[in-house]
Amino acid sequence: MRRAYFKNNWIAAALVAPQLLIIFVFFYWPTAQALYWAFTLEQPWGGGNQWVGLENFQAIVEDEYYWNSVMVSIIFAFFSTLLSMGMALVLAIAADRQLNGYKFYRVGLIWPYAVAAPAVGLAFRFIFNPSAGLLSHLNQIWPGIWDPIMNGDHALAMVIFAGAWKQVAYNFIFFLAGLQAIPRSLTEASAMDGAGVLRRVRDIQLPLLAPTAFFLLVINITDSFTDSFGIVDTMTAGGPARATDLMVFKIYEDGFRGLDYSGAAAQSIILMLLVMVLTFFQFRYIERRVHYT
Amino acid sequence: MIERARGLNIATQIILGAGLLTLLVPLYLTFVAATQTLPEVNRVPPTFLPGTHLFDNLAEAWVRSNFGQKFVNTMILATGVVVGKITVAAITAFGIVFFQHRFRMLIFWLIFITLMLPLEVRIVPTYSVAANALSPFQQILDVVGLTWLLEALTGMRVALEWNLLNSYTGLILPLVATATGTFLYRQFFMTIPDELVEAAQMDGAGPLRFLWEVLIPLSRTNIAALATIMFVYSWNQYLWPLLIITDPNYGVVAVELGQLVPDSNTTGGGIPHWNLAMAGTLIVMVPPVLVVIFMQRWFVRGLINTDK
Repeated sequence: MRRAYFKNNWIAAALVAPQLLIIFVFFYWPTAQALYWAFTLEQPWGGGNQWVGLENFQAIVEDEYYWNSVMVSIIFAFFSTLLSMGMALVLAIAADRQLNGYKFYRVGLIWPYAVAAPAVGLAFRFIFNPSAGLLSHLNQIWPGIWDPIMNGDHALAMVIFAGAWKQVAYNFIFFLAGLQAIPRSLTEASAMDGAGVLRRVRDIQLPLLAPTAFFLLVINITDSFTDSFGIVDTMTAGGPARATDLMVFKIYEDGFRGLDYSGAAAQSIILMLLVMVLTFFQFRYIERRVHYT
Repeated sequence: MIERARGLNIATQIILGAGLLTLLVPLYLTFVAATQTLPEVNRVPPTFLPGTHLFDNLAEAWVRSNFGQKFVNTMILATGVVVGKITVAAITAFGIVFFQHRFRMLIFWLIFITLMLPLEVRIVPTYSVAANALSPFQQILDVVGLTWLLEALTGMRVALEWNLLNSYTGLILPLVATATGTFLYRQFFMTIPDELVEAAQMDGAGPLRFLWEVLIPLSRTNIAALATIMFVYSWNQYLWPLLIITDPNYGVVAVELGQLVPDSNTTGGGIPHWNLAMAGTLIVMVPPVLVVIFMQRWFVRGLINTDK
């Protein structure tokens, strides 16, 4: 415990005030506002908002488009997380062997994290474009085999690829850090006992990476619920026919295009609860931090 | 550790090579498209060799999207957010760790809980707050009855108004709060030995002097790590600027990419200008990628330490 303190608490108040003011105005107030909107409905002829209880939520639950966006979000979260974490894990284990070119690979595998989501979206939109990009060739041989502009499944697959591609670097950094936190003595002792590289992967590295993997799982799912906006907005704008209408995108559309504040607020509250549950899981593991050397 | 595993080493190199290739191919295709002319980029089957028009396309994309102004704006945004976040994180953590008052844990948790409220989930009301950043206070005054009281006493109606739409302040201010940064600084400050504080007090240094002359220099590695990730974070901001900026003079580069999407809306049904769109994409992605490559050590450290 600390025993040396500064005495003047007015200075402390002045120091913490700026951040408290910002989070009050831009975090807590809007959240309260969202709650208020979620339980009220703006009257069509003015006269403020009227308390409607759970009606807004009921409307959402009965809205098939909302359930569609939930399904799309889950599919997106599942596959983009699986793809990016799987690929990152394999690459991190390979890179951790520190063969020739280790430093080169380490840089080469982390730069995509710096690319803005809309840039990823635009680049992949071109690459997967059915009439100009990489796959246009396929369409010439078998017309219509790849068409993310009209085919919802193709569009969703395309968004998943872009999302996963962007996330690989992040997961790679954490997996590699987790691997490097494994004590060398452990690796050497098992090598002495005759465990080969693959055996050590299975019996030492993978089990010891479990906390990192769990942490990444939570972060990736949370990110896929919130951060995916830029990708969807530039790639598909939720289409075709709502096939890539992620929850976060639907909130934006309903709120700013549809001007349905109450509906958007109720959806925000649900998404907020989801993020909270996920973050709670993350807090539980915050003590088991990994260290990178 | 040296061990003989020749087959496995080859397999490892193949895996790494394939992974690198997967990550680089999109970049390469973007680059190739940015070097081609309009007919070349739309040709089927596509050509995967670079053309000769890279600089023409870059120049045209630059002029068309007015990237000059947008780079300046994005730099202002990034600088503001980086400096703001680091300052706010340092002083808040200092106020929590080095003073003895009842609210330390409360303040810490108030800030930490904001992690659960990412911008995307509170986007609509946050936007309405940005239209008048003083509206929370106005409403509190209204509800408490102070507005009425003041009007009755002085005859003046209190109407607090501070519009943040289409301004640098509006771009920067909501992004300055930082739970992760505050957490990182708090962790660091807790490792500062009491003796250092006592020595500074003995020498007659007040809290601010101690912060400025002892703690800030000591936290240089923290600052470098935070600055690197925060720069990338703010350079890539998309949703927030998209909403609050409608005046192109305040536009930032990431949002401009959305305008470059060559669909029937922007080409009027003509041939999509993929070459220009990809040139724009290159222009926008290069600065943060360079930062990550050259500041790799700090970037990785910042990322790991802040969990984000």
